[in-house]
Amino acid sequence: MALTVDIKKRLGKFTLQVSFTGELGEVTGLLGASGSGKTVTLQCIAGLLTPDEGRIELDGRVLFDHRAGIHLPPQQRNVGYLFQQYALFPHYTVEQNIAVATRNREEVEELLRRFHLEPHRKKRPGQLSGGQQQRVALARILAAKPQVLLLDEPFSALDTHLRGEIQGELSRFLAQFSGPCLMVTHSQDEVRRLCHRVCVVHDGVSQPMQDTAEFFARPRTLSAARLLGCPNISPVEHGTDGTWYATAWGIPVEIPPGTSRVAIHPHHVRLVSGPGQGRLCGNGTHIEVGIFSVNVDVATPCGILHVELPRGVWEEKNDTQSIWVELPQDQIIPLMDG
Amino acid sequence: MDFYPLLNSLRIAALSTALIFFVGLWAAQVISRCSPLIKGVLDVVLTLPLVLPPTVVGYLLLCILGPNGWVGGFVERWLDVRLTMVWYAAVFSSAAVAFPLMYRTARGAFESYNKTLTYAAQVLGRSNRWIFWHIQLPCCRQGIVAGTVLAFARALGEYGATSMIAGYTPGKTATISTTVYQFWRTGNDAMALRWVLVNLAISAVVLLAINLLERKER
Repeated sequence: MALTVDIKKRLGKFTLQVSFTGELGEVTGLLGASGSGKTVTLQCIAGLLTPDEGRIELDGRVLFDHRAGIHLPPQQRNVGYLFQQYALFPHYTVEQNIAVATRNREEVEELLRRFHLEPHRKKRPGQLSGGQQQRVALARILAAKPQVLLLDEPFSALDTHLRGEIQGELSRFLAQFSGPCLMVTHSQDEVRRLCHRVCVVHDGVSQPMQDTAEFFARPRTLSAARLLGCPNISPVEHGTDGTWYATAWGIPVEIPPGTSRVAIHPHHVRLVSGPGQGRLCGNGTHIEVGIFSVNVDVATPCGILHVELPRGVWEEKNDTQSIWVELPQDQIIPLMDG
Repeated sequence: MDFYPLLNSLRIAALSTALIFFVGLWAAQVISRCSPLIKGVLDVVLTLPLVLPPTVVGYLLLCILGPNGWVGGFVERWLDVRLTMVWYAAVFSSAAVAFPLMYRTARGAFESYNKTLTYAAQVLGRSNRWIFWHIQLPCCRQGIVAGTVLAFARALGEYGATSMIAGYTPGKTATISTTVYQFWRTGNDAMALRWVLVNLAISAVVLLAINLLERKER
């Protein structure tokens, strides 16, 4: 267990309460909508803010412990922090920026080489592109030899066309880093590309961590399903016959206790020819034909169901009225509140 | 022409500016971190000398630094040093009157400073003192330089409080502004005009320097 965080902090009427762990050599994504307290969490770990309660431990070293009265200053925490706008010192050149973190000239040279910054060594941050600025920020972080990396929305300062390229660059960089890495983001794409595990933060409260693959296949909470952009979410209701029903689709569902809603990914909905168990009928309203798949909004008596079908399957159908679809029971995702 | 008033004015302005520079930065740094209520109160107190008539400032200074004042009396009794009617008395009056200019511009600069830069340097392991002198001050350079120059110019031209606390003794406490008044009062218009021209020249140079600095920043 390389990084353990379990803290509470009140900020006005908002209470941050997060607990998670970050493993060595793994990237953990803190995923949440903006204003959910992700950046505050990073600032607490770095020692820039003081939590009200709890404990932070890094590699067996206690960085913060409310009960024991331990609160190391940021200078002694050995944390690498990539700020949203990189926070490069505007009056220093590239090499001076890196030299803030180390007195060793040779290390600065080595980092300039490694991050392909040698031609830009005498430039100031204002003269660099977004991608170059990020490389300077990363080089500067490594110069301080951190034990953990904290990345705050690493791509928010970049133009969309640069993002893909720099995501690749960052993922190669992260693969070489042996400590734990924490990445704050609101984008599921970044989680998919860069993170091994995910911790959803919703309204300041962290949810149990999940493996990235598992998170995308079966999110556990309503907020997680919303962050994934899953459009088919239905409340559940206990019927008079003792079974649970998904009220937005009007079909019975089998769910574990504690479930408040169910969801299904649009590509898990199947096109079928007639009625049966877990099936419903509606008219195709909004139809969007893509290269490989077709997105159809099916208007059922209870509400709209978003369906994604392979293009071949849809073209055989050629009728947009009275479409029968099936929601396979094993693809229905039970969701808890939160 | 006796150049003593010019030299005296310059050394008074230089000393009071040096004093204001450090005290002003310190006050601006401390107050920009205070809670809104304390900030509001301290801000009013520290800005008062800017709007009070200089004679009122002079009167208050005499109450404190005069032979019967609690600081002046103490210093005279124990160190045998007078704080009024000597050339360096004008350092206190110029500093008091020019202080708000430095304090307010520096505070404005500190408030618009991007605190994340301090965070970044802290995480990289630098001490808070190093960060203040090497990151925060250079990033707020423009406001601080402007405040210093304005304070210097104001200190150089101080008349009201200075004439009350340092008086006018030719060759001892005479400054440019008190000299102009003295020559005009005694009907020596030609000499008064000369000193007026000296004063105009210095002020023009100071303003020119501000403009050049601003252009260089861009």
